[in-house]
Amino acid sequence: MLNRPEALLCSTPAGLYSPAGDFYIDPVRSVDRALITHGHSDHARSGHQKVMATQQTLDIMGLRYGANFAGEMQAAELGKTVKINGVSVGFHPAGHVLGSAQIAVEKDGMRIVASGDYKRRADPTCLGFEPVACDVFITEATFALPVFRHPDSRDEIAKLLKSVDQFPERSHLVGAYALGKAQRVIRMLRDAGYGRTIYIHGALAKLCDYYQSQGIDLGPLASATVETGSVQDFAGAVVIGPPAAFVDRWARRFPDPVSCFASGWMRIRQRARQQGVELPIILSDHCDWDELTGTITELGPSQVWVTHGREEALVRWCDLKGFAARPLHLVGYEDEGD
Amino acid sequence: MEEFAQLLDRLVLTPARNGKLTLLVDYFRDTPDPDRGLALAALTGDLNIANVKPAMIRGLIAERMDEQLFAYSYDYVGDLAETISLVWSTDEPIRANAVPMLGDIVTSLARASRSDAVRLVEKWLDQLDASARYALLKLVTGGLRIGVSARLAKQALAQFGDVDVTEIEELWHGLKPPYEPLFAWLENRAGKPQSLAAAPFRPVMLSTPLEEPDYSKVNAEDYAAEWKWDGIRVQLTAEDGQRRIYSRTGDDISHAFPDIADFMTFEGTLDGELLVARSADSGVEIGAFGDLQQRLNRKTVSAKQLESHPAFVRLYDLLFDGEADIRALPFAERRTRLENFVKQLEPTRFDLSPLVSYSTFEDLVELRKNPPHPIIEGLMLKQRCSAYVPGRPKGPWFKWKRDPFTIDAVLVYAQRGHGKRSSYYSDYTFAVWTGPETGPHLVPVGKAYFGFTDDELKQLDAFVRNNTTERFGPVRSVRAEPEHGLVLEVAFEGLNRSKRHKSGVAMRFPRISRLRWDKPPIEADRLETLEALLRGSETAD
Repeated sequence: MLNRPEALLCSTPAGLYSPAGDFYIDPVRSVDRALITHGHSDHARSGHQKVMATQQTLDIMGLRYGANFAGEMQAAELGKTVKINGVSVGFHPAGHVLGSAQIAVEKDGMRIVASGDYKRRADPTCLGFEPVACDVFITEATFALPVFRHPDSRDEIAKLLKSVDQFPERSHLVGAYALGKAQRVIRMLRDAGYGRTIYIHGALAKLCDYYQSQGIDLGPLASATVETGSVQDFAGAVVIGPPAAFVDRWARRFPDPVSCFASGWMRIRQRARQQGVELPIILSDHCDWDELTGTITELGPSQVWVTHGREEALVRWCDLKGFAARPLHLVGYEDEGD
Repeated sequence: MEEFAQLLDRLVLTPARNGKLTLLVDYFRDTPDPDRGLALAALTGDLNIANVKPAMIRGLIAERMDEQLFAYSYDYVGDLAETISLVWSTDEPIRANAVPMLGDIVTSLARASRSDAVRLVEKWLDQLDASARYALLKLVTGGLRIGVSARLAKQALAQFGDVDVTEIEELWHGLKPPYEPLFAWLENRAGKPQSLAAAPFRPVMLSTPLEEPDYSKVNAEDYAAEWKWDGIRVQLTAEDGQRRIYSRTGDDISHAFPDIADFMTFEGTLDGELLVARSADSGVEIGAFGDLQQRLNRKTVSAKQLESHPAFVRLYDLLFDGEADIRALPFAERRTRLENFVKQLEPTRFDLSPLVSYSTFEDLVELRKNPPHPIIEGLMLKQRCSAYVPGRPKGPWFKWKRDPFTIDAVLVYAQRGHGKRSSYYSDYTFAVWTGPETGPHLVPVGKAYFGFTDDELKQLDAFVRNNTTERFGPVRSVRAEPEHGLVLEVAFEGLNRSKRHKSGVAMRFPRISRLRWDKPPIEADRLETLEALLRGSETAD
């Protein structure tokens, strides 16, 4: 009988570890057996001996690290349970990006859900979050401050389209992370009726192709190169690329660009200002404050463990609401990854 | 209100002037009266509404939220209005038909007492989205600073209505928020509003720089010469008991200069240079531009400042002599009338800018090189037959500024630019040497982001990327060692003392005039050179 949840899952320098099952979840160092929640590079690293993840996450890791990124790969089927050294393990949709999953581990009537990164609002590019009843809920805290209340995503896309109308002579460079955010922005532009070719940075090409192969229609895409034409080809165009590319020399090929950034961080004006963003698009793949607190209320776990982000505010909220909560102090997950 | 909030959000983050103009013009087109006029007034600082103290707003949030969670939030965001706009939450769903218009807000606040105003604000906070809450809080706490000058707003109006900006400037002071007759005229729904206010602004006549091909035009018979004083150009108008001091773009700055307004006992309109100056037995002692800056951009002025930095106007021209509009008369004739006009004025506040006599162009070259006073920034050449016309016609008036000062400084930091330049390191902080000759160190003296060609920008950007020593967000520090670094020749118009800068000096209008790839950094100038220049500019005669 496990009377302490720490015997089932605990934090170590390499990441979340299950002493009972001898496996890690999203380890930040190479380990023997890793369970991976989703394909973002701070959660899904290469070099583990055995990796278990959803098929889509495995595919994405393969695209990023090459086919031999781990010694042995095992695809986890959503909703099915498997035993690892006597610990039941189940993967459930997390709503974060394509392939993302929460991982439920259970032994002797104690269930812990490591939710990885997750969000609650609708995303046309991935399955929605599925609440899983549990004794301990491990939640991320990327946007765990009451200032983060993401506005309606469709309104944000409408803001971008309005600007495209207002400045037809300029190109709109939209910074968006290569996995998940970029495809979500493209898909949402399509849903809003934008049918023109969208130009993408080279770093996005493989992932966009993969999304298309998984049945997510992104419409006409073209690579944002000037080889075939002149700079003026991009006047009035929407160009999507990783944020870092926009301060790079790469961005010089576009006529008088409007720099946009699709991120939950854009809620804070000073963040936008510091990064020279002209049009912030507040669009996040993480929960905002209301969604975090709403999820905890909905699940009603007997303990909440809070990791990567602003743990102190969410722990404070849990205290006020009577949930036992503590920060996990895991290291190695990037705060900026949205 | 939400459209206004979106406009603010975009204006704040749009660095380019043309981008701001597009946003403003679109807003004027898409927004009905009176909201667009009130928004305009809010942007230009002409909207006076009940002032709600930030402490009262803090009180509102304290009633609704855990203190510690608020503290975490405020600590993270850093701006009170922004924090409250973001953390504010209500159980009521936002209903589209309950969202207040800017007009409703302004009207209700105008009628409200201070304590009622706070409750109104609370009610609106519940009805608005986060962006509009922010705009509301900035509006009622008087903290709306978004980088739109009155000049830019007028330019946008001119573009919106396809009229010349001088027409807007001329009308401006007869108009009040929400400017409905103005918008009606700009949309061709009504005639041009008549300026009914006494003492309106009259568009100013400006000069063009004198350049080589035009040297031959300048001769003593056709052109009168006059010193160009380094203050700010003003227009003084007194009519029917109304006295107004306007900047050259038509902003009313009368309230900040009671020591001039009190002595405007004349009837008419004068053009002159506002200076800080004290009259003494030996004549008028003019202060440096830095002294004048002590008096600029202030809503009110203290008795102490009136005493320590007295304002003075040196007169150039007469536009209205009593009720007579003499702008169409030739300059020579206006000048004669001005000379007579000055005799009735208080000599400790006003004097005549003297004409400079010369016979040949070479005399002018000499005069420009050796002006008799440090506060002179060059020569003005005015065609004797020129009428006073608005705008900047080429030919009747030339300005011939003295050559800028230059120093050699070392590039120490570079910052990424905005808009077109967002992928370039295009804002440069430069430094000069100070401390002992044997172990000198660099102290920053200014920042410049223009003056170079597109090619030079590419070279500068490459230098910055290849010589970065540290990064702080959008800023990089670059190698600047005695034998390794980049020397910039920096041109500037003058120096002021500055308490805000470590070096103690601030440059006016600095720009990069040359890249000195040939010069090792150790041969750049020392701070002493600037200090000597500063002392020179303060020694008035």
